[in-house]
Amino acid sequence: MNILNFIDAFFSDSARWQGYDGIPARLGEHVQYTLTALGIAAAVGLPVGLLTGHTGRGGNALALIATSARALPSFGLMVLMFLLLGLGMAPVMIPLVVLAVPPILVTTNEAMRSVDPAPVDAARGMGMGEAQILFRVELPTALPLILSGLRSAAIQIVSTATIAAYVSFGGLGRYIVDGLYQRDYEKVVGGATLVAGLAVATLVLFWGAGRLSVSRGVRRDG
Amino acid sequence: MNQLFDMPSYLEHSYLGLVGLHLREALLPVLAGLVVALPVAQLCVRFRWLYPPVLWVTTVLYAIPSLAFFVVLIDYTGLSELTVMIPLAVYSLVVLVPAIVDGVRSVPQETLAAATAMGFGPVRRYLQVQLPIAAPAILAGLRVAAVSSISLVSVGMLIGNAGALGNLLDSGLKYDQPRLVWLSVVGTAVLAIAVDALLIVLRVLLTPWMPRGTRRSTRTPLAKETAR
Repeated sequence: MNILNFIDAFFSDSARWQGYDGIPARLGEHVQYTLTALGIAAAVGLPVGLLTGHTGRGGNALALIATSARALPSFGLMVLMFLLLGLGMAPVMIPLVVLAVPPILVTTNEAMRSVDPAPVDAARGMGMGEAQILFRVELPTALPLILSGLRSAAIQIVSTATIAAYVSFGGLGRYIVDGLYQRDYEKVVGGATLVAGLAVATLVLFWGAGRLSVSRGVRRDG
Repeated sequence: MNQLFDMPSYLEHSYLGLVGLHLREALLPVLAGLVVALPVAQLCVRFRWLYPPVLWVTTVLYAIPSLAFFVVLIDYTGLSELTVMIPLAVYSLVVLVPAIVDGVRSVPQETLAAATAMGFGPVRRYLQVQLPIAAPAILAGLRVAAVSSISLVSVGMLIGNAGALGNLLDSGLKYDQPRLVWLSVVGTAVLAIAVDALLIVLRVLLTPWMPRGTRRSTRTPLAKETAR
């Protein structure tokens, strides 16, 4: 019950809700980091994944990239970038994007390649061009898997952006890192709760996006 | 050359010592995860209705950021290695359960029937038929779990310097020594690649009947493809 008391104390303190170190400000920073990194990663990963998946080429190269990117420790990379580049947006964004591109890339590629070839052939037989096939047949069918790739990328970014606080950045990790230094366990637990909440909210958001955007004929769970 | 691997004395470990510590802190949880995942997965295979809720819980657990997980445990296990290892074990469990369930479920019905017809009991059938056939899927899950675990141990540095190679990050940053940070990043990456390669070798050894190079059949569940 100890933890719950800490959480309660953290959230009921009205001073926590205002100022540059207030919950709304830190949450905003965290969301901003996440969206920026996810946007860049999607801008890189989605087109490449869609094209390689559509043409069916380069799957092995992508798997290799994903495996090697997975081995890179994102926390270490962040500290290294901070040391090399100094304070700025780049030391945070580079590791976050490096982290997020592989799941998007690989999942999109796999999703496109696992599309049933029969409808694609039918579309070609009906006289659809390649772009039409890509956007009107393959993309809608592959959407659930593509979304799951984006989802795991987003969750990893939320998680890793927390660690950015260690190299002097804002976001919800601030509470955890500062709290650990100040031996203010209430702050630490409050920050952890917020981060976990944001991660779960991301899950729910993607689940909702899937419900809205995936065609009913494609949806597996009906 | 020796100076490259010289460690600050307060770390109380040589570089190799830190590597050993890192391996222990990363791989023991994976082992623990596997030990728990096997029976849980078997339950999910046995009782089909159990699998969707278990999958749902694992997805949520996997979403909880490692640092948040660590700090909530501090109250119970203190600033220690155990605080780092418990979440890693949970993440491994969460990756392994779907991998094992998918692997065991992929065993063809005819194969099971043949085993039963040969007089195999349920235990023998599980150990000698289902597990070996599921081995590639299980090892694929183990690869993901081990690599992500190795990467995440470094974050333990924030929890009372329990991050093995990750502790070098703190020293490197505080005393402005890029050498230590490089040693940490490169060391961790090399460890991850080495363990990954070992697990691939293990798969080849365990499944001699599979043709070499059939990487496709051992694909991991996509959503869990990459480490945090």
